[in-house]
Amino acid sequence: MAVEMQSAVQMGSWLVRGRLLFLIIQILGVACFSYIVARRLVPLLRAQRDLRFDQPVARLGKLLKFWLGQWKHPRYKTAGILHIFIFAGFILLAARAFTVLMVGVSQNFVMPGLSGRVGHIYEATTDYAATVVFLCMIFAILRRLVFKPARYAVPPRYGKAHTADAVFLLVLIAILMVADSLFEGAKAAALAQHGQPAELGTVLSLPWIFKAALASASISVLGSLYFGAYLVHEVTFYFLLCYRPFGIQFHVETSLFNIYFAKLNKGTLKPVRWGVSDEHLDEVKSFGVKTFEDFTWKHMLDFYSCADCGRCSDNCPANAVGRPLSPRFITTKARDYAFRHYPMFGGSGNGKPLIGSVYSDDEIWSCTTCGACEEECPLLVEYIDKIVDLRRGMVDDGNVPQSLQKPLKALESRGNPYGKMERKRAEWATAKDYQQVCRLKTLDKKNHADTLYFVDSITSYDERMQSIGRATAKILDHIGENFGILGAAEKDSGHEVRRFGEETLFMALRDHNVDAIKACGATRIVTADPHAYNALKHDYKDVPPVEHISQVLAREVKAGKIRFNPVQNRNDVYAYHDPCYLGRHNQVYDDPRAVLDAIPGLKRVEMTRSRDRSFCCGGGGLMLFYEPKEEQRMGVKRVQMAAEAGANVIVTACPFCMTNIEDAIKVAGLEGKMTAIDLAELADQQIARERPTVEATTASEIQPECVAGR
Amino acid sequence: MEILVCAKRVPDTSENEIALNNTGNDIERDELVYSINEADNYAVEEALQIVAKAGGNVTVVTVGGEDDEEILRRQMAMGANQGVLIADDAFEGSDGRGVATILKALVQKGAYDLILTGVQADDGAAQVGGMLAAMLDYPFASLVNSIEVLEGRKLKVSREIQGGNKEISEIDLPCVLSIQTGINEPRYVGMRGIRAVAALPIPTYGVAELGLDARAVGAAAAKVKRVDYFVPTLGKGAEMLEGSREENLEKLLELLAAKGGLK
Repeated sequence: MAVEMQSAVQMGSWLVRGRLLFLIIQILGVACFSYIVARRLVPLLRAQRDLRFDQPVARLGKLLKFWLGQWKHPRYKTAGILHIFIFAGFILLAARAFTVLMVGVSQNFVMPGLSGRVGHIYEATTDYAATVVFLCMIFAILRRLVFKPARYAVPPRYGKAHTADAVFLLVLIAILMVADSLFEGAKAAALAQHGQPAELGTVLSLPWIFKAALASASISVLGSLYFGAYLVHEVTFYFLLCYRPFGIQFHVETSLFNIYFAKLNKGTLKPVRWGVSDEHLDEVKSFGVKTFEDFTWKHMLDFYSCADCGRCSDNCPANAVGRPLSPRFITTKARDYAFRHYPMFGGSGNGKPLIGSVYSDDEIWSCTTCGACEEECPLLVEYIDKIVDLRRGMVDDGNVPQSLQKPLKALESRGNPYGKMERKRAEWATAKDYQQVCRLKTLDKKNHADTLYFVDSITSYDERMQSIGRATAKILDHIGENFGILGAAEKDSGHEVRRFGEETLFMALRDHNVDAIKACGATRIVTADPHAYNALKHDYKDVPPVEHISQVLAREVKAGKIRFNPVQNRNDVYAYHDPCYLGRHNQVYDDPRAVLDAIPGLKRVEMTRSRDRSFCCGGGGLMLFYEPKEEQRMGVKRVQMAAEAGANVIVTACPFCMTNIEDAIKVAGLEGKMTAIDLAELADQQIARERPTVEATTASEIQPECVAGR
Repeated sequence: MEILVCAKRVPDTSENEIALNNTGNDIERDELVYSINEADNYAVEEALQIVAKAGGNVTVVTVGGEDDEEILRRQMAMGANQGVLIADDAFEGSDGRGVATILKALVQKGAYDLILTGVQADDGAAQVGGMLAAMLDYPFASLVNSIEVLEGRKLKVSREIQGGNKEISEIDLPCVLSIQTGINEPRYVGMRGIRAVAALPIPTYGVAELGLDARAVGAAAAKVKRVDYFVPTLGKGAEMLEGSREENLEKLLELLAAKGGLK
């Protein structure tokens, strides 16, 4: 024990020589870091409000799941698991790093709670943690330099690749781990030479290897190594600390905050201005994001937090078909802008418009708001709200593509993007032959019903999609629902109007619909259009609860109210395509599948990209009018994915998906080999209706009756 | 540069189903929605772009009634400095020459360097612009699809001629130009923009304000009178191709070539 004390004192004295130096480095390091962070906070203080201080419990839950639990990471196996190891290593090493830094200025420092036996266990753990992190760095460097996953590449139009920076940072961390381990190993070797069975049983860890290698080194060599390793460790630590805010590794510091303050309610959009009610919006001088400072502080924090891992863009359908949009660069370009205009020294800000300098018009209009990017981001960086805010700014400046102006104008004057007459909105339902199959009430102040079927524009006016409307109404009729439609009193839900940045027009449509819905006395709403569903659920307030027809179907199937006839063609293979606004934005994944699986004899396969990794069909609403610059249609890619999965029938649950997918089947040259059908159409077609006159009710006999309305 | 743009509110052809009324003397107007005539909208945009570069003001004028004020608001929301509504019972039933006479009076009240009209109103006959120029003794260029402001009160204008070629002309100011759609990309105007200009005053001028002789305008002075609308009898139906996609394509190409549609 005495010897140990003596050698410990001796080793402590090795560091004592450098105490002043270490202290200066520490003060400098902390001061620099504080200054840098303060400068980084400048734009956030000039940013727009963002009310994110509510719901602490839900936010802590997010923190536990997505930060501490690294929830999104395993979606990319290699990189994800690698990151989990590094993250775990960093978390474990935090107390250790602090202790080591303190030892330089106060040699007997022990972290409270980490003395004695606990301390020994902790030290052993950190030995391995450092080793694992070191190995991860080697592997990460190899990935960057040798394997080069495609998603890390930076196309020339977005700037230069960040490989050098990434590798530099990885090397620094590796050095940090080596220095720490050498420091530990040298100490252990010295203790061993003093006949101390040093507590270094961590076989094959870096410190253990160093200890073994240094077993016969002279005490003075060990002393120099001990001192040198400490110095390298300290300098590297503070260099890293101060260098991280200049690049992709700032997320080490910001991720905690970014995830705590992350968006809690999927499917919603941020208001035009946080804290400004609809009634006072007219007083807001400028809508949306035009300059960098129009972003909210949280959105700026997103820019700082992005680790540039490329997962968003890897999943972005717009990027996949060669549209000029790659979400990753929405973030990194804004970060570069922030670094450029909010430098470490001197004046900051420039207030110039972002569109035309940082972002291009087409880039911002290319987004279908499918949410694949947000679904993937391990740091919960938001994109849709930013895109919509940028669009709001463009709309406010009158900068709207010609292709979108006509439908927007028609929505304003006629309540639908096609400019069709209001009184023709219910024609799909009032046709005589259909009324014989399914009587549909039009609801208003006098004619009430329990359930409102909200049809929305495309299903009302598009001849092909009217079939979805008729099928939906027949299903509701079959389950004995007391329901009706608004007819001419219904206007477009405005879901895409809002997402294309035309908030004022959206509000007008919404207010009109809310009045009509309230007047009709319905206590619940059903729709077959996921965009209308999302609008009614998230964009409207004070309307009855809304369900998508797939949810109704699933419930009634489960309750035994709906039974299906077996499929006619047993050779057909079905694949369900998750519509973005049903799936990702509202997590309705299982209900449509349950309905399909309840159809006897139906063979169903999953596409590789399904559920929350579903691939957008090309977008709905106004996106059908937009003329994007692209190499290929999203729908074509999607149809090919279905073909790869071995399916020949694509089932969707969205009229826009139907439009895009049916078009894509033709474009892909798969006509005759592939068909698309809406879930409501399929269910309506397969429903076993009680018909006492027919003895053997087979699907083929039932069908003509059921499709009479088409 | 002081620019006057003459605009007209018309039934929007993309948002209406135009049908004749029972008596056949007009179209069914009950459920129509109106908007600014498309070419006039391009003219306003062009005026705004010229003013953005060369300075000045844009005034938009329309001859009509109270309902027509909405298009003036929209154009003011777009950026026009002023809207002028010309409305008077005495103007009812004016023919093209009558409208040109009314506009001439407005032009002479102001000091406009440049007067723009749309190339043609959706429900018009493309006559007012030319007549207005003649009445004012101003030079006139029609079907203009680009404008460049030159030194010395001159403009360089172009119009599209056969085969997509451009014919370039120089024209002295003041002048009247009729603007072709496609000359620019008009900016978007939403409800928010219109609300922002809702309170701005729009003067209304009648016979008295314009110093016009009521007998020179209106139905009484009109020398062109609309007598009837009729729907041409339907010709032979279209030929529907039947067969597979490949066969149809082949047939279509054949037919197009046979009728001279393909060279």
